[in-house]
Amino acid sequence: MSEIELQGQPDVLIDVDAESSADMVTEELLINMGPQHPSTHGVLRLLLRTDGELVLEVTPHIGYLHRCAEKIGENLTPKQYVPYTDRLDYLSAMNNNLTYALAIEALAGIEVPERATYLRMIMAELNRIASHLVTFGCFGMDLGAWTAFLYSFREREHIMDLFESTCGARLTYSYITVGGVTHDLPDNFVERLREFLDYFDPKLPEYDGLLSNNHIFVRRTANVAPVTAEQAIAWGLSGPILRACGPKWDLRKVSPYCFYDRVEFDVPVGEGRMGTVGDSWDRYIIRMLEMRQSVRILRQLLDQLPDGDVMAKVPRTLKLPPGEIYMETENPRGQLGFYVETDGSPIPYRVKAKGPSFCNLSIMHEICREILIADIPAILGSIDVVMGEVDR
Amino acid sequence: MTPEQIAKTLQDKFDQAIVEARVDGLHPHVVVAADRWHEVALFLRDDERMKFDWLRAISGVDRMQDGQLEAVFDLHATQPSAEPGGLWGERHSFAVKIKLPRDNAHVASVADVWPAAEWHEREAYDLLGIVFDGNPDTVTDHDGAHPRRILCPDDWVGHPLRKDYQFPEEYQGIPGWAGDDRPLDKKK
Repeated sequence: MSEIELQGQPDVLIDVDAESSADMVTEELLINMGPQHPSTHGVLRLLLRTDGELVLEVTPHIGYLHRCAEKIGENLTPKQYVPYTDRLDYLSAMNNNLTYALAIEALAGIEVPERATYLRMIMAELNRIASHLVTFGCFGMDLGAWTAFLYSFREREHIMDLFESTCGARLTYSYITVGGVTHDLPDNFVERLREFLDYFDPKLPEYDGLLSNNHIFVRRTANVAPVTAEQAIAWGLSGPILRACGPKWDLRKVSPYCFYDRVEFDVPVGEGRMGTVGDSWDRYIIRMLEMRQSVRILRQLLDQLPDGDVMAKVPRTLKLPPGEIYMETENPRGQLGFYVETDGSPIPYRVKAKGPSFCNLSIMHEICREILIADIPAILGSIDVVMGEVDR
Repeated sequence: MTPEQIAKTLQDKFDQAIVEARVDGLHPHVVVAADRWHEVALFLRDDERMKFDWLRAISGVDRMQDGQLEAVFDLHATQPSAEPGGLWGERHSFAVKIKLPRDNAHVASVADVWPAAEWHEREAYDLLGIVFDGNPDTVTDHDGAHPRRILCPDDWVGHPLRKDYQFPEEYQGIPGWAGDDRPLDKKK
């Protein structure tokens, strides 16, 4: 064994053989990923403890998008607060509106007209497709597949147009409000929606060829950061990433709200087709399968759509009787929950919003151990957080 | 189990620790004495009849008039399907409230019972100042040992969701709202 003496430091000896071997000792390095980083989906900072290419620990730091949404809820009447719910998970604003409206209606004892409930479900399912399309496109882009993004946004544009013709907005709708929906459908909406569904349904297998079964994509996501069903429930995960771990749990089936008991659909779960159950690929494919189910639900809703009012008779100043409720619905990203407490005045005493992404993100620390830096976009993209509802 | 049965079981088991039970209405819950909460939480998760495996949310509420802070724990119990690949169901859901003195709000963390509690507890500390002792992410500073803030910056002063919260006039040299024109103050 040969040793050399470091210049000027006679007590430091460097083992030359070890220096040239593969087992070099590297130094641990703390790296900030974000808050401004293209694959963190908004302003999220991940603190990485790395050793070379290896990530030993990931600590998410959140709060960059905190806008006091809950405090605002304690200062506005429910109808005034609906536009703020749009901005929680801004990719599925319809679903957010729906959850808050359902909570307030349960508290105030408002009966929603049948047609309004159907319109709500149509919008919620359309928004689910639009939201999953963004997930699909952005996940592909995170892993270097640009094409998927272009395809998904082309399809999403049709849905945006449908929403725009209904309520005038393309992202923050405030369409579903306390008592029903703000407008009835515009002319030809039903025909245009049917046309879209006929156009969209055959596109889905195309995406599977484009991304789902793409060899590079599968190699980058299969077996990456699998989550077990027990872990998922203990950490409060919900939505597609819970179902990817195996549990066939969907609030639309478990405790049906609106008229989800009147439509038939399946709940896709992760099967580990490309690797382990609950890995990143499973989390991705659930969304692709759910879009097919949403199409199925939409077709049934259009067949059943009754005539009638779209708004219940709600007084201008709605008195909320004292009470409290915790209402959860199945949003595209998981279970959005509103805890609303009222004290008899027109303004709620407390409005708490639990965004599904908040819980879904909290497991990052647990599952990102001993992975490669390049796996992080794959894991984060498959969890698919929207910082609007994490930070509120 | 129905909410009545859950409340009854808890009262039989913990007697004095169950301060109050409200099982009618939209949000059935019991109020648990703060010093017994960790014990009750373990029972709720592990008992064969309870099996509350899913912590849905922790909502903090400020009851300024009563001089109290409240932590509301919403729980789910899942029912896996009998045959593989079948639809899961909901065994039952329930809520627990902990009432704490406003000036000294301390309660044991349940992050070891439900890992999901870690972030929820940090949020409840950040926004309302409820200190969960034993949270895995605890820091010690001039306010004593408390869960690390999560939404506000680490050096933020005060707890924004308290009803008497005053927005700071400045933070790190950035001016805030000053004077009478405070848009977020409740005008009644």
